[in-house]
Amino acid sequence: MINFTYTVSILIIPFLMFILLGLAGHKLKPKLSGLLGTAGLGVITALSYLTAFFYFFRGERIDGAFQKITAYNSTWLQLTDKLHIDMGILIDPISVMMLIVITTVSLMVHIYSLGYMKGEKGFERYYAFLSLFSFSMLGLVLSTNIFQMYIFWELVGISSYLLIGFYYQKPSAVSASKKAFIVTRFADLGFLIGILILSYNTKTFDFITLTDLNGPAISQGSGISFLGLSVITWSMIFVFMGGVGKSAMFPFHIWLPDAMEGPTPVSALIHAATMVVAGVYLVARMFPIYALSAPAALNIVAWVGAFSSLFAAIIACTQTDIKRVLAYSTISQIGYMMLALGVSGYGGHEGLGYMASMFHLFTHAMFKALLFLGAGAIIHAVHSNYMNNMGGLRKYLPITHITFLIACLTIAGIPPFSGFFSKDEILAAAFHHNKVLFAVEYAVAGITAFYMFRLYFNIFWGEEMRYEHTPHEAPATMTIPLIVLAIGAAISGFIPFSHLVTSDGKAFETEIEWGVAVPSVLIGLLGIGIAYIFYAKKSPLPDKLAATFKYTYRWAYNKFYIDEIYLFITKKIIFRYVSEPVAWFDRHIVDGTMNAIASVTQTVSFRIRGFQSGQIQKYVFVFISGIVLLALILIYMWR
Amino acid sequence: MNTGIPLTYFLILAAIMFFVGVYGFLTRRNLITILMSLELILNSVNINFVAFNRYLFPHKLEGFFFSLFIIAVAAAEAAVAIAIIINIYRRFTTINVEDVDTMKY
Repeated sequence: MINFTYTVSILIIPFLMFILLGLAGHKLKPKLSGLLGTAGLGVITALSYLTAFFYFFRGERIDGAFQKITAYNSTWLQLTDKLHIDMGILIDPISVMMLIVITTVSLMVHIYSLGYMKGEKGFERYYAFLSLFSFSMLGLVLSTNIFQMYIFWELVGISSYLLIGFYYQKPSAVSASKKAFIVTRFADLGFLIGILILSYNTKTFDFITLTDLNGPAISQGSGISFLGLSVITWSMIFVFMGGVGKSAMFPFHIWLPDAMEGPTPVSALIHAATMVVAGVYLVARMFPIYALSAPAALNIVAWVGAFSSLFAAIIACTQTDIKRVLAYSTISQIGYMMLALGVSGYGGHEGLGYMASMFHLFTHAMFKALLFLGAGAIIHAVHSNYMNNMGGLRKYLPITHITFLIACLTIAGIPPFSGFFSKDEILAAAFHHNKVLFAVEYAVAGITAFYMFRLYFNIFWGEEMRYEHTPHEAPATMTIPLIVLAIGAAISGFIPFSHLVTSDGKAFETEIEWGVAVPSVLIGLLGIGIAYIFYAKKSPLPDKLAATFKYTYRWAYNKFYIDEIYLFITKKIIFRYVSEPVAWFDRHIVDGTMNAIASVTQTVSFRIRGFQSGQIQKYVFVFISGIVLLALILIYMWR
Repeated sequence: MNTGIPLTYFLILAAIMFFVGVYGFLTRRNLITILMSLELILNSVNINFVAFNRYLFPHKLEGFFFSLFIIAVAAAEAAVAIAIIINIYRRFTTINVEDVDTMKY
């Protein structure tokens, strides 16, 4: 048995780095603090790879299944004998996989930011926040119990808030950070309710007990029921609500596009590769309960994922801000992962969707981080976020061009890049489960290829713009992460995921289902082809098409007015009919009572303040009169 | 040792002195006179003490000692009061008690 206690340092190092950079960062030179943060992350990246190596290749298996290992555990809050909240580290296939994803992308982003954020005000603050985020995210994936996960869940929320609002002088960044925080926080309310219902019924927070096949959550699942669904199902629906918020699924997706106001490397790290997949991770973590005890909740997961992926893909086709296109693409791809979980069964080949979801999470982290970092390099060169200001950049940015192309081919699912393998598994899983969901995802695969290559052709081909400054390739600190991630995106498809990360820990064999794979590649190529005709050279076709489907186009361009609907609901309904009466009550009844007491006191004391005349003899007169009166009363009583 | 003067006479004398003192305390404007009125009040109490001791508990001495203490304390009090009055005079250039009324609302 290998001792994994050293994994505690994976959490401690970034936390110490956050304290150090946060408290003493302004005394260090900016470059030094950046290097310190990067070095700290380098150490934990090495530790994570070591852990993965030991776990997957040297670890013990029982009946061929990877075991869940509690590497460290301590009671944090002992509330009563039975109710206690622990802090610990859980090592199992998905947490080890997430360790690799988080540390790799985070390290690349740290290195990239050395170049991208150079000379920015608050450089050390930026690195302190990045360390805080790394700490929280690693803590989230390593949690042993659902309450610890909830704590770190909120911590990633706050670090995301801090990093989106990094340019705090910009009003749009400030409002975007608030929006992100409030929307996810609202969803987390559901998560908390879910936790409470679940742990009240199972008497435990612990993941190992919760997901145990003979455990209370699964074996006594259908006890009490409410509105036709068992109480466990309800709790899982509420837990999933938290995941919907964090992973920006419909209808809580509105914060993610606005979150692009943050620095681009932050978008790559938090809003593409790691934090937004926390919702997927949450469902995967609780997967045995979903699959065996709450199939209705799992069905909701599938449909929310499918709808979000289609919905976001359509919007992505119409946006012109390149980061927003990528943001909607992220929503769409996370929708894929959710759907894959939703169509999965438990154990063996049944768990294909689960494996595919984790696989896609892994490859998506690589290629989406690469896309965002590439977008950062482009923005760095052109000083604009809008693709109308770009074109013909392939001559100026050769490395960015090649890596971006690899990422686009990956997301479009073209073999032999990794996206092909993971997407194929998802489509295969959907095909065997539900044909409607399969059709939706199949269409989304084509749309994805189209909008990604629309982006690609608009940026790197098309008409060459007259640039004020000749765009130049980014420095080495920015191109090296691009190259590393491009290699990761290209080859990570060959990782035998079905042997490593499965729903029950046991390996199973998969093969590429050509009946699904060939059509999906074809529709990807079709999307690329259409994008080529539309955007590779200047062409009137896109405008004509937009004019033909005027209303559809306008709806999609305005993101289906979801933001406006939210504004309508909050401003016109909640604010007017709930908040304003409450505010009125507070201002007039609560405050009014207090103000009345205060003003009565003031008026009375103003009237009687004349008694305090400063004339000593008057005081003495009153005093003596009182004494005499008392004496008279006393004498009278005595009788 | 009965001199024939009943206790009541002493008490009446003390009461008259007390109320004369109180009256002076309340009506006089000059701080020195107020101080003198205060001495009258104290002395009326002394008379009470001595008279009660002499008539009710002739074999004890507490009343006498108490009046001696009061005389000593009154002397100290007069010293302090006169010092205060001098300071008031320096501050306000008057010892009229009605003009010393800055401690008000």
